[in-house]
Amino acid sequence: MEPIKDKVAIVGMGCTYFGDRWDKGGDDLIIEAAYEAFEDAGIEPKDIQAAWVGTLFSGGSGCSLARPLKLPYVPITRVENGCGTGMDAFRNACFGVASGMYDVVLALGFEKLKDFGMNILPEWFSGVNPVFRFGHSSPGDFALTAVRYFHEYGIGRETLAKIDVKNHHNGMLSPKAQLHREITIDDALNAPILAWPLGLYDCCPRTDGAAAAIITRADMAKSFRDDYVLLKGFGVAANPGTNRIRRDYDFLHYDENVSAAKQVYDQVGIKDPFKEVSLAEVHDCFSITELITYEDLGLCPRGGAKEYIDAGAFTLEGETPVNSDGGLKCFGHPQGASGLRMIYESYLQLQGRAGKRQLKNPVYGLSHNIGGLPCEGTTATIVIVGR
Amino acid sequence: MVGIVSYGAHIPYYRLSRDEIAKAMGRASLGGERAVASHDEDSITMAVSACRECIKGMDRDKIDAVYFASTTAPYKEKQSASVVAMALDLRGDVSVADFANSLRAGTTALRAAIDAVNSKSARLVLVTAADCRLGPSGSEFEQLFGDGAAALLVGDKNVIAEIECSHTHSDEFMDQWRMQDDDVVRTWEARFVRLHGYKDTVKQGVSELLDKCKLAPKDFAKLALYGPEPRSQRELAQALGFDVKQQVQDPLFDKVGNTGAAFALMILVGALESSKAGDRIILANYGDGCDVFSLMVTEAIAKLKDRRAIRHYLERKALLPSYANYQKLRALITSEQTRQPPVDMFVPVLWRSRYEILSLHGSKCHACGEVQFPKQRVCAYCGVKDEFEEIGFSDKNGSVFTYTIDNMAPTVNPPIVRCVVDLDGGGRMVCIMEDCEPDKVAIGMPVEPIFRKLLDVGNAGLHSYFWKVKPLT
Repeated sequence: MEPIKDKVAIVGMGCTYFGDRWDKGGDDLIIEAAYEAFEDAGIEPKDIQAAWVGTLFSGGSGCSLARPLKLPYVPITRVENGCGTGMDAFRNACFGVASGMYDVVLALGFEKLKDFGMNILPEWFSGVNPVFRFGHSSPGDFALTAVRYFHEYGIGRETLAKIDVKNHHNGMLSPKAQLHREITIDDALNAPILAWPLGLYDCCPRTDGAAAAIITRADMAKSFRDDYVLLKGFGVAANPGTNRIRRDYDFLHYDENVSAAKQVYDQVGIKDPFKEVSLAEVHDCFSITELITYEDLGLCPRGGAKEYIDAGAFTLEGETPVNSDGGLKCFGHPQGASGLRMIYESYLQLQGRAGKRQLKNPVYGLSHNIGGLPCEGTTATIVIVGR
Repeated sequence: MVGIVSYGAHIPYYRLSRDEIAKAMGRASLGGERAVASHDEDSITMAVSACRECIKGMDRDKIDAVYFASTTAPYKEKQSASVVAMALDLRGDVSVADFANSLRAGTTALRAAIDAVNSKSARLVLVTAADCRLGPSGSEFEQLFGDGAAALLVGDKNVIAEIECSHTHSDEFMDQWRMQDDDVVRTWEARFVRLHGYKDTVKQGVSELLDKCKLAPKDFAKLALYGPEPRSQRELAQALGFDVKQQVQDPLFDKVGNTGAAFALMILVGALESSKAGDRIILANYGDGCDVFSLMVTEAIAKLKDRRAIRHYLERKALLPSYANYQKLRALITSEQTRQPPVDMFVPVLWRSRYEILSLHGSKCHACGEVQFPKQRVCAYCGVKDEFEEIGFSDKNGSVFTYTIDNMAPTVNPPIVRCVVDLDGGGRMVCIMEDCEPDKVAIGMPVEPIFRKLLDVGNAGLHSYFWKVKPLT
């Protein structure tokens, strides 16, 4: 097996405003993100040789991308892989370039969730018999891990509230985020409970959004820009659906996170993630998921999240800022787009373009998604980029 | 001699104070409480609950027939007894039948069961009756009716109450009825139906039985008597020569209500619960005629001391906060908790997984011995393919490994308590918990499986059933 490290580069990215984009359809969001990326890379649509489009609910086949952009008979694949759809579109686009078949490709993720008009997500058909998942909701699915984590480690809602406060604060510095409001721990603790113990501020909103990346061969990147960003590695792991079957699953971690992390750390050569990862965008669909992911990614020891949270280790000022742009909490989670929005944050940070939330001299930016139902099994996707 | 081998009953967890009905509907309260089947209960699920207790600890393969009696079967056309048989995990060649349309259907089924055992076409017959009838909003029936079920196992070995004698007659009388498109029960003027329907018919039936077997009221320890409402039941018992205080088994109007086709059998179960060897019981049921039986309790009654029936369920209850809760649970009003996508189910999918869904079957891997639910062709532990046997989980209790109290998941009765349950003997199940107080749910809590209706499926137009759990008591 050959590593992909430093073979592929990002030379342009675009990202829409995330939010209730009532006046924009999926096609509009695609155009917005793609053209921003084209401009950032200094290319035109006709330069795109192949494309990968990620969406969970909002479009079928590669035509969902070709149609709004009028891409002329180019190879395009629609990618779907749960909440990591956008990141997996990116990964496959990188494969396209690394294979040597294509030099300039587009990876775009989008989701037009707000047209569905529901208070909960549209039903995502994962192949599991609907009888077995009846009575679930997304907050409920992840709350199962929170109840067990509280029981095992003796923490309470206050610890989760600190994550909510951190992300809301970071969102204030993110012009493209949906939510711009500071909250306090009390706000989080007193908010309505959606699924015990997760309250309103522990849960990310449903949103519309799109993000895109222009990817090329590393040895061609300089002809586009000096501050190109290199793909260092990625890991993907699909859980075999055994969490609801095996008695030895503890609901305190995700094996798929651990496995995907090991894949990517081995590729990149990272031995001490807490020290070596400069920033991490992790999948905070719910605060508890961010907390467990700290441990799964090795950013802190098992059961040690509270100590690190209390010490501020993951804030903008801390050693390893997590969700420096406000995360899913402030951007919401348009499933197809989120993974690429995360890579966008690393991209900006590495180029010194992150404005008020700019970190000093970042080296490795990690992006992480986990998608599905913890009971049925989720898929974890992780990408690390750097200079 | 043929008789009753075992019994069971089910009274729904939720009760509604009749004062709440009176307040909402602006009419006098009859006092007391009535039992209300939850949104996930119907006549099939209540019958299954009563049957499960009835056959607990027995060899289910020896049950040769299941007779289901109700005036409120969930389908107008589609058998209920077959669903009950699957939920009870009985043999495939069990003889099933629905008895319908009459308040007397439960004892018609009992007569058929007795005949089957006597003629040796069955060794054991499970008879179950359940009803969840609706009275018109604001009517006396709405207060009088209650929801519930009973089950009797009929056989000729290890009998706890011998059926000494029985009598029946049919009577064409419009007492309570529903047309094909009626949701609520119709009746004629109460004074007329209670005199010439109920009292005349049952008086005739009881006297004919007493003549037939040369017995008198004083020979009986208990009278298990159907009654449309408390007063006419008491008056009839007295007119028949029974002592209301000493002999008439409490019909529980003030705690449960008139449970329709299940009523007489539930009253009988209450009588059996408190009877001793040598007690003679008279059971009289009414509806389009009259069925009467004389039963003699045997020494074997002591073996059923621990059956969880009327006494058990009377204690396990929660009062609905208001009349509107009753309306929501029984779908008398449409309510929307949250905008939600419709749930799609597909008949072939339900059919392929029917043993898992209805009978709660999982698998045990022969390669590594691990037990798993649902059934896995490729073992979740050792990865070996297609080396398993199918096993049943419906007799296994469990304990809560983790849970959540979900205010977002769609239901007419929020919140949904969803839990991960580790089952005794191995296996894990993710399911909903019912009949509980959400604040009392805790890790480690012991639970038992219950058979419930998941939902009415819009796209397919059918009732979808599955298992949930409730706290073990």
